[in-house]
Amino acid sequence: MELILPQIDWAPFVPLAPVAIGGLTTLTAELFLPPGRKHLVAILSLIALAAAILLSINSWGPVLDPDRRMVRYGIHDSVVLDRFSLFFYLVLGLIGVLTILLSMGYLHNAAPDQGEYYSLVLFSVLGMMLMAAGGDLIVIFLGLETFSLALYTLAGFRKTELRSNESALKYLLLGAFASGFFLYGIALIYGATGTTILRQITAFLADGHPPEPLFLIGGGLLLVGFGFKIASVPFHMWAPDVYEGAPTSVTAFMIAGTKAAAFAAFLRVFLLALPALHMRWSAAIWVLAVLTMTVGNLVALVQSNIKRMFAYSSIAHAGYLLVALVAGGSSGIASILFYLVAYALMNLGAFAVIIAVQDGERERLLLTDYAGLGWQRPVLAACMAVFMFSLSGIPPTAGFMGKLYIFSAALAGDYPGLAVIGVLNSVISVYFYLRVIVIMYMSEAASPLPDRSRGQAPAVPASAAAVLAVLVSVLGTLHLGLFPARLLDLARQSVSVIAG
Amino acid sequence: MTATVPLNAYLILSAALFVIGVAGVLIRRNVLVIFMAIELMLNAVNLTFVAFARFLHSMDGQIIVLFVMAVAAAEVAIGLAIIIALHRNKESMNVDEINLLKG
Repeated sequence: MELILPQIDWAPFVPLAPVAIGGLTTLTAELFLPPGRKHLVAILSLIALAAAILLSINSWGPVLDPDRRMVRYGIHDSVVLDRFSLFFYLVLGLIGVLTILLSMGYLHNAAPDQGEYYSLVLFSVLGMMLMAAGGDLIVIFLGLETFSLALYTLAGFRKTELRSNESALKYLLLGAFASGFFLYGIALIYGATGTTILRQITAFLADGHPPEPLFLIGGGLLLVGFGFKIASVPFHMWAPDVYEGAPTSVTAFMIAGTKAAAFAAFLRVFLLALPALHMRWSAAIWVLAVLTMTVGNLVALVQSNIKRMFAYSSIAHAGYLLVALVAGGSSGIASILFYLVAYALMNLGAFAVIIAVQDGERERLLLTDYAGLGWQRPVLAACMAVFMFSLSGIPPTAGFMGKLYIFSAALAGDYPGLAVIGVLNSVISVYFYLRVIVIMYMSEAASPLPDRSRGQAPAVPASAAAVLAVLVSVLGTLHLGLFPARLLDLARQSVSVIAG
Repeated sequence: MTATVPLNAYLILSAALFVIGVAGVLIRRNVLVIFMAIELMLNAVNLTFVAFARFLHSMDGQIIVLFVMAVAAAEVAIGLAIIIALHRNKESMNVDEINLLKG
């Protein structure tokens, strides 16, 4: 009997390799580093992510020469290398780098000498990349679980703190619950089409097989699973609790990273594999988009804890992204990609500010803690103001350009109602974003925090890395606001492979 | 050749198990029982995969089940670790009493 070895194209795995190797290396290196030198682990993980980013940039041109093939498939069509995957590799690499930078200062106070934190971040970036590149529903599921398992652990990283425990438990229970639905959806689609590979599902449907009920139910269950992961209403209940209780640096990572990865897979599954069903789903997603935007923004209005406010704001932003998903078309999807980059920069930037202004052990988590910050830490407060302008969609910031593209895609796709509701929601959101700025600049500090100007040593030297993250994000936010064309062009190139 | 059980029987059984799992997650208040209910949901899905694999004569479904079992095992390991960490700080297994975060 002859053993047939499958032909494997390793190219799709090349940009993933440094992240996987980096995760294992940091985990091992952490064992041998003496306490107090654990920040070397962070530097090692930054190198791994930088390598992944460079390899992705490197693959963009030569591997995917437009004259030759645009797409390459790894092991049995299960992992896809196209510009869409590469775009998300780059975005997720950037999110990983910023997360590690803003974690360094935070961890110094919260959990010193626990270098395994960085390995968990790398593993979860790996899972997110795999999910974005998955060409098989099972690979998407495995990517989802890889990053979710790492995130459950990260959410509970402050072991002695009850809030962190509770956040991890809630995330785990609801995440696993959602995974069950997701997996059941995959099983039903497998039953209806005989395969879980997206390309073959597309071919099966294009072959003239009408979508049978089994298939439609499977698609609906997948939608529920994705709805949980992107925290869209009515599957959003976990998000505020989890985001509030998790360590602040992890909250930032979850807000930016899970959304990017889940949307990447969402787009690939619903637009690549199930384009025939776009009309059927778009009605359901229309409703989800409106609910998600409205509930997210209205509840964010009354929050007094800044992490909770960001949780509801992230729900609202998922709604804007769903608007673009309904609009569809290459401009709609390109606007999602653009918005995800802008969204990652402004959220990670804002969280880097929250971490950079913490006072030793004490974090400033209530909105009232920000009173007078504009005069105590003028540069960081100014950066926070930029992020708030960007989140509420005021020019000249990345958030404004992103919303502009999304709502114009909705108009072009003939969904004027959605565009109007979206713009109204943006107006509501201005209230709670600008409130942060008002508090920072226009109210006196109620209980004066230890004043640094009186010659006291700065409490957190390690927050230099967080300040670096703030600067990168603020420059990125302004750059995308002023010169969006380059990134939009990249986004358009990326979606050309899946949306013609 | 023995008489075969029709595909529908498997599908109905696994759907019933899945629904029992969902109901368990929604109704029961003990963290460990909720956890078991989630495992029941995953195993219901496994049954669906195996049944389809048998009737479609494809191996994919059977292999997927191995992946799912590995994922479920990892989930249990992490879940129990989190529950123990929580139990050290708060002597309760009832989700209604784990309510520090709300609003």
